[in-house]
Amino acid sequence: MSNLVKDRPAVTGSAPRPGSLRQPRLPRWAPAAFALGSAVVGVAIGLVAGLDSRIQWGLIAALVFVLGSYIASTVVEGRRQAKDRLATSLVWVAFLLAVIPLVSLLYETVKRGSKALNADFLNHSMAGMLDDQAGGGVYHAIIGTLEQVGLATAIAAPIGLLTAIYLVEYGRGALAKAVTFFVDVMTGIPSIVAGLFILSFWILWLDFDYSGFAGAMALAILMMPVVVRSTEEMLKLVPNELREASLALGVPKWRTILKVVLPTAIGGIATGVMLAVARIAGETAPIVLLVFGSKTINNNPFEDPQSSLPYYVYEQWTAGQDASYDRAWAAALVLIAFVMILNLVARGIARWKAPKTGR
Amino acid sequence: MSETTPQHENPPPPDGIRTTGADAPGDLPRAPLAEARGTGRIGDKIFLGLSRGAGVTLLVIMAAIAGFLAIRASHALSANEGNFLTTFTWDANANPPVFGIAVLLFGTVVSSIIAMALAVPIAIAIALFITHYAPRRLSGPIAYVIDLLAAIPSIVYGLWGGLFLVPHLEGLYKWLDDYLGWTKIFAYHDGAARSLFTVGILLAIMILPIITSVSREVFRQVPRMHEEAALALGATRWEVIRMSVLPFGRSGVISASMLGLGRALGETMAVATVLSPSWDIVPSVLDAGGGTFAQNIASSFKEASGDMGKDALIASGLVLFVITLVVNGAARLVIARRKEYSGANA
Repeated sequence: MSNLVKDRPAVTGSAPRPGSLRQPRLPRWAPAAFALGSAVVGVAIGLVAGLDSRIQWGLIAALVFVLGSYIASTVVEGRRQAKDRLATSLVWVAFLLAVIPLVSLLYETVKRGSKALNADFLNHSMAGMLDDQAGGGVYHAIIGTLEQVGLATAIAAPIGLLTAIYLVEYGRGALAKAVTFFVDVMTGIPSIVAGLFILSFWILWLDFDYSGFAGAMALAILMMPVVVRSTEEMLKLVPNELREASLALGVPKWRTILKVVLPTAIGGIATGVMLAVARIAGETAPIVLLVFGSKTINNNPFEDPQSSLPYYVYEQWTAGQDASYDRAWAAALVLIAFVMILNLVARGIARWKAPKTGR
Repeated sequence: MSETTPQHENPPPPDGIRTTGADAPGDLPRAPLAEARGTGRIGDKIFLGLSRGAGVTLLVIMAAIAGFLAIRASHALSANEGNFLTTFTWDANANPPVFGIAVLLFGTVVSSIIAMALAVPIAIAIALFITHYAPRRLSGPIAYVIDLLAAIPSIVYGLWGGLFLVPHLEGLYKWLDDYLGWTKIFAYHDGAARSLFTVGILLAIMILPIITSVSREVFRQVPRMHEEAALALGATRWEVIRMSVLPFGRSGVISASMLGLGRALGETMAVATVLSPSWDIVPSVLDAGGGTFAQNIASSFKEASGDMGKDALIASGLVLFVITLVVNGAARLVIARRKEYSGANA
């Protein structure tokens, strides 16, 4: 172990015993023991010093863990091994740090959301409700979300699909390069900017009113690049032999694409579209600008303001009453459930109908 | 079906058809024989026209976004009595209108810097965790969980941030104030922790998944031989990562971070629910105040009366659009130099 990259002999107090090629190592259970110990220390310090924020307890425990295992490893195993352990523990701490918010968010949403969530909540609107009154529901918002997302998908999915087909099956030259680049850039357009565009084009210039359809157009702009990217990836996975075999039989190219390429990749394409739907279902900013919100049921997305689930959460949060907070959490729970179900179904389809990639 | 094609002079690439040029399937029907056939040619033309039209539609939309925003913004800017870049107020509804983006620009930049400073190291660490540290059986589910973070709508992050995170951060801020208050940057005067720093923390959580997933793809592509060579020389795992993984993945990580930055700059609802805005630049990042482009558009929109109020917001939106366009474009150009990184569509 000593004639290494850095050619540095094993330093520190515990030099290897003469005649032994093995360096002393910490036992396998050491990281677990350090983790437990530092958690205890963190809680103890937190309790003794009377720190009221749990976040601090966690930070102290993490710090103790990282430093403790580094020092112990330096003493026993040498500097290089200690650095390795330091990196390992930092990576583990980073991972835990990222998981905590997710767990906390889901836990809080379920805990606080289940308070107001019941059948009445799902099939009533907010018509005639005051902000500080308990009761009311999200029916109008669910209708709004379904209609707006449906319209957006009806606009964005065909355009996105055809663009992806163009890029993969036909695309060559400057136009294809430009489309590829701008699809990538379009992925990063902030949702509020898409909303402002439809606002200036549809509402200020063409002088239409606020409506679900205006919101759906903004959502479609956000959805298109996502559909293009995922469809593109899926079409690229279709083996060339399939296309060649079909073309060799004299089938025209467009029928090859429709009858051979698309059916092969359909599972992945459906997954991509559903993930895109899940993504736009949670968009609030364009709805604030274009659909304007409503407390009553409006089944017509082409006329008059509507509501939507994410907008409803924002509206109830803005109201700032205990009862409205309860409704906001419950609606957030409904929204998360909706998005997660879409996600799980999409990934299920992906696994079930994964494109067959040659052999 | 693949058994019937025994001879592969150049086997088709597993992906990257677009990038390979001449031997892609797209060229086949243009061969003279196919050209001569009558059937299907009209269908081919219609289909090509449709799909090319869809591609052109996307370009037109992008151009229209820039064009329409610019036209409306120029209305607002020509009527503006203040300096658009240095004015510290937003009275677009007043007559004459006075508004400026100084506070918004400052808030957007500061909150994004905080978010990047927190998120990038953690995201790289998680990407390394998934590719190099986690037990093999766990790494798939972990990657899935991180991707789930991306699926949660931003308004739910905002609700959680506003009603759960903010009260829990007050203790931490008091503690930071005790030890770092003398720097002025981390001074905290009592009040709700609805500050740019809280926004930065929330944005960091929200941009973690995209940075992680792109970095993960890059780290996966490190040639196995590089790592094994380093291991064979006796390097520890960390030395392998430092000497072969990180140098290989550097450009990918940079562009991943810029994609994350693009998200952070444009995030609206999470900022609007967490920040308590004000029209001045607060010296401390822990004290409430400030604002961001997107947050201001969302929260001022309902008060924006008449065309002028909306045009002013559109002008600030145009600035945001240009900034995100530059950041995203740069990130994509870095990625495009190494086309094989396919995780960029997350």
